[in-house]
Amino acid sequence: MAAISGGGGGRGTRTVAGYDEDTTTMGVEAARAALRPLADVKAQALWFSTVAPAYADKTNATTIHAALRLPTSTGAFDVNGSVRSAIGALRAALAAPGPQVVVSADLRTGLPGGADEATFGDGAAALVIADADTAPVLAEVIGWGCATEEFLDRWRTPGEDRSRTWEERFGETRYLPLGVAAWEQALAAAGQRSDQIDHIIITGTSTRANAALAKKLAVGERRIDDLGATVGNTGAAHPALLLTAALEAASPGQVIALIVLADGADVMLVRTTDAIAAWAPSRPLAPQVAAGGEIAYGTYLRWRGLLPVEPPRRPEPARPSASAAGRSAEWKFGFVGSSSEGGPVHLPPQPGDEVAVPMADARGTIVTFTVDRLAYSPSPPVVFAVVDFDGGGRLPVELTDVDIDQVRVGGRVEPTFRKLFTADGIHNYFWKARMT
Amino acid sequence: MGSHGIKDRVAIVGMGCTRFAEHWDKGLDDLLLEATGEAFADAGVHQDDVDAYWLGTAQGGMSGMLLSKPLQLEGKPVSRVENMCATGSDALRQAAYAVASGAYDLAMAVGVEKVKDSGYQGLNAFPVPNDGTGRTLTAAAMFSMVLPAYASRYGVDAHELKAVLARIASKNHYNGARNPRAQFRREMSVEQILAMPEVAGGLSVFDCAGVADGAAAAIVCRAEDAHRYTDKPLYVKALSFVAGNGSGLTDPAYDYTTFPEIVACARDAYAQAGITNPRTELAMAEVHDCFTPTELVLMEDLGFCERGTAWQEIQAGAFDLTGDLPVNPDGGLKSFGHPVGASGLRMMFEAWLQLRHQAPADRQIATTTDRHLALTHNLGGYPGEMVSFVSILGTELDG
Repeated sequence: MAAISGGGGGRGTRTVAGYDEDTTTMGVEAARAALRPLADVKAQALWFSTVAPAYADKTNATTIHAALRLPTSTGAFDVNGSVRSAIGALRAALAAPGPQVVVSADLRTGLPGGADEATFGDGAAALVIADADTAPVLAEVIGWGCATEEFLDRWRTPGEDRSRTWEERFGETRYLPLGVAAWEQALAAAGQRSDQIDHIIITGTSTRANAALAKKLAVGERRIDDLGATVGNTGAAHPALLLTAALEAASPGQVIALIVLADGADVMLVRTTDAIAAWAPSRPLAPQVAAGGEIAYGTYLRWRGLLPVEPPRRPEPARPSASAAGRSAEWKFGFVGSSSEGGPVHLPPQPGDEVAVPMADARGTIVTFTVDRLAYSPSPPVVFAVVDFDGGGRLPVELTDVDIDQVRVGGRVEPTFRKLFTADGIHNYFWKARMT
Repeated sequence: MGSHGIKDRVAIVGMGCTRFAEHWDKGLDDLLLEATGEAFADAGVHQDDVDAYWLGTAQGGMSGMLLSKPLQLEGKPVSRVENMCATGSDALRQAAYAVASGAYDLAMAVGVEKVKDSGYQGLNAFPVPNDGTGRTLTAAAMFSMVLPAYASRYGVDAHELKAVLARIASKNHYNGARNPRAQFRREMSVEQILAMPEVAGGLSVFDCAGVADGAAAAIVCRAEDAHRYTDKPLYVKALSFVAGNGSGLTDPAYDYTTFPEIVACARDAYAQAGITNPRTELAMAEVHDCFTPTELVLMEDLGFCERGTAWQEIQAGAFDLTGDLPVNPDGGLKSFGHPVGASGLRMMFEAWLQLRHQAPADRQIATTTDRHLALTHNLGGYPGEMVSFVSILGTELDG
């Protein structure tokens, strides 16, 4: 980074969303992983939080709702705009009736050469809230603490690629007492002593304040790795991301504290249950972090629009039709094909077929493929494969997250929800395939 | 029920064809006037003598007025025809059926495309509002999927297959170099073509059709009236059209080494014309070589050789200008260029010249001395979902 931007960089790595990902598609990915083993959970509402929503005015949670194929009767609400919105949505969802899905995602940009560029990360996490009659509960909430105060520490003008910060030492003087107040409130609510807490997550908008509170509370070895050296700070997604990491490492009967310092302090205490011993996450965090590939800095800048490049000399795609997309929502967002009783699977669905065939969790095999250096793409070339899915169905489909040298006939792929392009302000969401 | 055809009931009695080129200085109207004017003069008729018109254009505009305005036709029916890259052929098919029915005495089919006004290279489909889930690949990339499939099915080495494709392009450039109306008039060696960088799968730009503006036209009448207009009419022996149902895209049994729509279309055309061995009965074929692998597969799908042998036949020169079945003697889409709506009629124009021994001496084929039939094949779409047209034209009336 420093070689190009004249500054920034540093140690470790950060995550970078693909050119065809945004907070909505990452939210879909996380929510699918969370819900995969929970087919019986009938969510009453889906909550979505991000600092970087794909749309304003229009609700982004409805896109996730559609990709998850949730029923019409399930609500879908954005709680967006600030880092703190995510912990607020979690608290609201916990207080709401019935099962809830709480999704947070962020795509964190900073200008080249700055600290944020290097220490931020892109990611998403999803939590499913239900009672023990509905699903194996991994952890129960045993206490909350909250402290709110208006002061200026970190802010961003909507639409800008950067955040701005006041001198961090000022924010630290505010966050410390707020953090202590919320902490003591939560301990009291849960009837716990500070030394009884097994794992402590401290995250928020100021790395300096986080460290200071950790020292003040004598957290020591109990602090959960904030993933700053691997993932980076994923903004609104980070509280749930770190809670997921803590749950994946926890044993039954342990108490985990989630402390979020963002325009105040919020503390949630949970106690793990016996069920956590048998929990096998469908897409655990550590292997995902370990499996990361390298992205050239120039590619990253190009993907984020921070390095304008000559577009492909092809006509830009036309905006998708709202009414046409609405008619085919089950296919476009839900990736549902069709068949007649006992007949072949049709992708896309064929008129006259009476059986809906969900394909989002299907795996497939590459029959043949091609690399198209002429077609329009936000990140050429287009790698395209003809895929035969296990259990039936063939689809010529674009590959993503792809290393051209790794593509081969017989390679295995899975569907993933992506943004094909944006035209006239409309994000064209559909499914691609990625090598497994 | 059945496809009976109109063998020997309709004749082409005049044709015209512009040069295919990047006509920066000519618009759709100019191209239409030039091609139709040549056809009128060829048949010795005035535009008022033609009773009905069919105008083929994929994206040139809307309605029959695209033709009636530049020609200033008075009270004539003009149908605008669109069937992807097979548009020009389908215009001729409809005009031929109209005179065969007795509805009209004299009809014209004209095809035109002005592709070079878009500001982009290649062909760009006019976007129809849609749900955004359609494939976004270029046609080149779609047809490039034939390469690995064909190589794998028939055990052809990948480099050998690339050389075969280069041989096809080189042959079509050789023929086009001898055609004053062709877009590209330079010979290209196999080595030169093989040295080009790949742009879509294993294909380079030299595996792709030329992108050109142009127009072509034909005048048809009932066979018994043909000699009023010309001493050497071209009789329609067969006209076949198949619109695929797209099942190749969704059917795991489809293997990208054949185009079933074309197999069915050819079978129907040969039945209409009474052809049992196209390889020995045809004097020539104009086929839709939009990309070199397309021509490879067509040699087998049209029954010019056995499955899995086209690559060897091509290397042996069977389809060269001097081969035993010359294919694309005018240079094909590769070298003549591909103004979408005009291409099907351009193919017939070459049959018109060759079967009547009017081609320039350096590309006049020898097979026409003892054979009198030509095939034109025109397709639109992609592997797995295409429309196909096949015509058989001949200079002799049967029995």
